[in-house]
Amino acid sequence: MEFIQPTLDFLYQHREAVFIIILSIFLGVEVIAHVPSVLHTPLMSGANAIHGVVIIGAIIVLGEAGPDNVPAQILGFLAVVLGTLNVVGGFVVTNRMLEMFKKKKK
Amino acid sequence: MNEIILWISYLLGSVSFIVGLKMLSHPESARRGNLIAAAGMTLAILATLFFYRTPEGRPLHNIPLILAAIALGSALGTWGALRVKMTAMPQMVSLFNGMGGACAALIAVMEYEHYLVQGPLVLSTISAGLIIGGISFSGSVIAFLKLNDNLGDFRFKGQNILNALLLVVLLSLGVALTFQTYYSPVLLFGVAALTLLYGVLFVLPIGGADMPVVISLLNSFTGVAAAFGGFLYQNQVMLTGGILVGSAGTILTVLMCQAMNRSLMNVLIGNFGGGQAGATAGVQGSIREIQASDAAVLLAYSKKVMIVPGYGLAVAQAQHTCHELEKALEDKGVEVKYAIHPVAGRMPGHMNVLLAEADVPYPKLLEMEDANAEMPATDVVIVVGANDVVNPAAKNNPASPIYGMPILEVEEAQNVIVMKRSMGKGYAGIENELFFSPKTRMLFGDAKDSLQKLLNEVKNL
Repeated sequence: MEFIQPTLDFLYQHREAVFIIILSIFLGVEVIAHVPSVLHTPLMSGANAIHGVVIIGAIIVLGEAGPDNVPAQILGFLAVVLGTLNVVGGFVVTNRMLEMFKKKKK
Repeated sequence: MNEIILWISYLLGSVSFIVGLKMLSHPESARRGNLIAAAGMTLAILATLFFYRTPEGRPLHNIPLILAAIALGSALGTWGALRVKMTAMPQMVSLFNGMGGACAALIAVMEYEHYLVQGPLVLSTISAGLIIGGISFSGSVIAFLKLNDNLGDFRFKGQNILNALLLVVLLSLGVALTFQTYYSPVLLFGVAALTLLYGVLFVLPIGGADMPVVISLLNSFTGVAAAFGGFLYQNQVMLTGGILVGSAGTILTVLMCQAMNRSLMNVLIGNFGGGQAGATAGVQGSIREIQASDAAVLLAYSKKVMIVPGYGLAVAQAQHTCHELEKALEDKGVEVKYAIHPVAGRMPGHMNVLLAEADVPYPKLLEMEDANAEMPATDVVIVVGANDVVNPAAKNNPASPIYGMPILEVEEAQNVIVMKRSMGKGYAGIENELFFSPKTRMLFGDAKDSLQKLLNEVKNL
């Protein structure tokens, strides 16, 4: 039972984050609730690009690596490259898919 | 001032993700939605580069290195995304998803030592980010290789038990990681290695037909892993972006499972396409072939034709020829529509993307329920490279592995023409009694060649 108090303290300490998490869960469900199946692939692809936001964490890691810490710089560099691939590749692929849905003038 | 600019940028970024996802759910606004989310992402990245301050209050180091990494990633990502063929989209999405997972796992590996002093609760977010991101990475790579046909299904006896055991060990070690008081590289990299191994073993046995579900699931995994990173840094835009994708991705995964009338558990541990005995029982009789010329006559004198596209159409890149045939038939006064099964192809909506590429008008694409309602009044159904989604065994053979999956009821139509490369089985690896039905005629050959021949014959009539 001695872990309950620290856990509650921890959650309270991060109350804004917990708030964002809970509300975002509901938001995520609502936002895509009525998507027609034609758009499932582009939506999945677009969502894929959005979680590329993890790149911000990679930027912070690399940005905090000391000037002499070469291993951290190498790993951080790799992380930023991977994150960018996710973001840029994701958005470009999604855009290519959606280009084909363009309405033709009759 | 820096904090305020950063905060406003993150706020705008988060809003752009929400608005972008919302707009992606509607055909008219989808493209703008994607661009809005991309703009928000760019803003959040630039703001982080220039306005982020470490807890000690100094700006980020290594800015040139970061810019170089972004330039390299952008070049590779754009090149890959522009080069990929439309048929290969699913595996490309899987690969980009894996990159994000790897990024999250790398962040966890690097920050672990740094945050060691902060105790188990903070470390648990790092441990979770490592495990979820790592599974997403190696699992996505396996999904990519499988969809790319570089890798077949791989099963052995007791695989589920081994996987379950491995997961228990992995989770225990993950918990152990959070209770460390000193830095243990052996444990950290051990967990990382086991995580990658688990991701591989997790996806390996899952059949190719279920890959869309797996990609969608891994997509939401990466979202959650990104959110753990956001929690660690108290970074609002990472939190909203990650959680949004995690929750939307989970719902999308469930929707896909529902389309196949299966539970997620069943997809993940059931060995689909294992070629169970009984699946083929009762399928017998002879098949009847039809020549393109006869098929053309049959089609041209019909009132209503329904085209059922499947993966074979995608592989043969036959969507344009298919559209030509549709136009040729419409010129002869035949009503032509497309019946789209939600999981036809290798990804939900895959067929819609391909047919849209060929300029097939949007209202011609019928979703499953609407298509099934029109089947009895349809004179001819043309099945182009689809198999499992039109297999009546899903309705009438409880022993079949796809029993219960909603299908396009093409056997309700007056005539069925099945275009197929050979008598090979579909992705689920089971026989299809539709091919033996008295209503069915088979037109063997590559989907594009067959459609082209059919098109020529129709035009010559």
